Amino acid sequence: MATFLSRTWLCRIAQFRDLPHNAGMVRSSLAVLVIDENRIRASIIEAGLREAGHQLVTVIHDVTGIARRIAEIEPDVIVIDLENPNRDMLENMFQLSRAVKRPIAMFVDRSDQASIEAAVDAGVSAYVVDGLRQERVKPILDMAVSRFNAFSRMARELEEARSELESRKVIDRAKGILMKSRGLSEEAAYTLLRKTAMNQNRKISDIAQSLVTAAGLLGPAEDE
Amino acid sequence: MSMSHQITAGFMPLFDSAVLVAASELGFAAREDIELTLHRETSWANIRDRIAIGHFDLAHMLGPMPLACNLGLTPLASETIVPFSLGLGGNCVTISNAVWAGMAAHGAQPDLDPARAGAALRAFIRDRAAARREPLRFAVVHPHSGHNYELRYWLAACGIDPDREIEIVIVPPPFMADALATGRIDGYCVGEPWNSAAVAAGTGHIVTVKAQIWRNSPEKVIGVRKAWADEKPEALAALLRALHHSARWCQDPANHAELAAVMAQARFLGLPPAVQMPILTGHLRLGGGAELDVDDFFLPFDKAANFPWKSHALWFYTQMVRWGHVAHTPDNLAIARDCYRPDLYRSALKPLGVALPGANAKVEGALKVATAVGATGAGLVLGPDGFFDGQIFDPDEIDTYIARQKSARTEA
Repeated sequence: MATFLSRTWLCRIAQFRDLPHNAGMVRSSLAVLVIDENRIRASIIEAGLREAGHQLVTVIHDVTGIARRIAEIEPDVIVIDLENPNRDMLENMFQLSRAVKRPIAMFVDRSDQASIEAAVDAGVSAYVVDGLRQERVKPILDMAVSRFNAFSRMARELEEARSELESRKVIDRAKGILMKSRGLSEEAAYTLLRKTAMNQNRKISDIAQSLVTAAGLLGPAEDE
Repeated sequence: MSMSHQITAGFMPLFDSAVLVAASELGFAAREDIELTLHRETSWANIRDRIAIGHFDLAHMLGPMPLACNLGLTPLASETIVPFSLGLGGNCVTISNAVWAGMAAHGAQPDLDPARAGAALRAFIRDRAAARREPLRFAVVHPHSGHNYELRYWLAACGIDPDREIEIVIVPPPFMADALATGRIDGYCVGEPWNSAAVAAGTGHIVTVKAQIWRNSPEKVIGVRKAWADEKPEALAALLRALHHSARWCQDPANHAELAAVMAQARFLGLPPAVQMPILTGHLRLGGGAELDVDDFFLPFDKAANFPWKSHALWFYTQMVRWGHVAHTPDNLAIARDCYRPDLYRSALKPLGVALPGANAKVEGALKVATAVGATGAGLVLGPDGFFDGQIFDPDEIDTYIARQKSARTEA
């Protein structure tokens, strides 16, 4: 894969690679700013950072007036979700704004293509100030990536549970319609749905949904 | 049934992704044996990142964006080439009612004339400066965008220094009208429907359009990861043919209602079809009851709109140099020259026997009227391609052009 880092940005990264440990840095704990419109996910990240010993964590949900906040917070690391439509604005601000006293570059460890991919896959990106050593940032990015993934998994499971419940409801309605219109027992109604689904190579819930829709169209009699 | 070519592409929910969207939705890609998967994105930064790590093979991009990637102006980038342009024109400059009132007091008319509007804006800006008021704040969608460069070109040609006399910030397109209504910005340059949206809300006036600042000028393109293009030349050529047929379909007024309905779907723009009509017809409401038909407002196909002119890329390059985004060096110029690939466009479309420009670059601003030009295949009409200030950009005289713009700025 021909990914390459641009020259300007390579210089920036080279700059902080060559710096001795903590050069020019007074505070020992990194100030981390989390920008995420999703409040639940942001608090999961924040909790993770605090557990990992980062005490200077700020969470922002709304980017209005963010230049001023960045000037106040002076973050060393900024974590942003990729769904945020303001990423272009933020990247531009990191490079140009007078409010940003130290240049901020995207965190890209060019020796580690996998970690860039993992971050984008998880839906997160990190930016770091000039002069910060990569090994101090990597654990923060890794933590953000794993928490983003955990959040997505949780959201997916919730969605699956919700749609599972929905299918069960629609299957129950379809069984009711069959029982009423064809005088079947509940078990026979379910067997008929299952057989039809198998024959048509479709899901039972899809067959049930078609039946409920058709019944709704054909007459008020089946309407519950 | 599985197709010969699998292609994954990213796009931003903007109307000028239409040619790519229609290629997928109306079967033009399938007819070329391509399974085209589209992914909607939320920022140009995401498009850039996903192209770089290989999630996307190609994407709907701002015209200068592939240049910015190759010139090293972006944090994460892969070498990107442009074998196809998605259209000409489509943007407007919209300002707040308060700025319009100030401009009207200095002779602005609802006629979209860039020179008249610019002179009125300059007078209004000087008034504000004399009264020690804050500089006006304009927004564009991205620093490396046609919007930024055409806004700056217009202002500078009207004697307004875009770096010193106003402030330019970045705002995502869907937020523009709202930022204007709430007074966070005083004006913006963006594609449709985000200009008509402010006019419809009664919170903005369209003062000029891209189609008058520089007639038939480049906007969005298809940016392709070069490594993928090198690896899959047949897939790319098939896609360029699909895009060609799609663009022709999009241009035909008989298909506009259907196109607007396709783009209106939630997975594309998610806005009512009626909102898409001004960009398709060029009939704009300017605010305050004024309406105007704009010639060549947005062309997805006509006038060789899909041809990736090297002179378009090189003009973007001169503006990157002009505004300090990149240094003018022989190496950088060579990178800019190699980014747009008319050779790939030509070789892919040659079997179709359609009209193809014979040259890779043209002198921009030389055609004062629509002109039939020598080309292979059937007849081809280009232009007009004039800049509103009458300047000419000759890509063979790039040093002179850059020097002239630099000295104009120093004198101002």
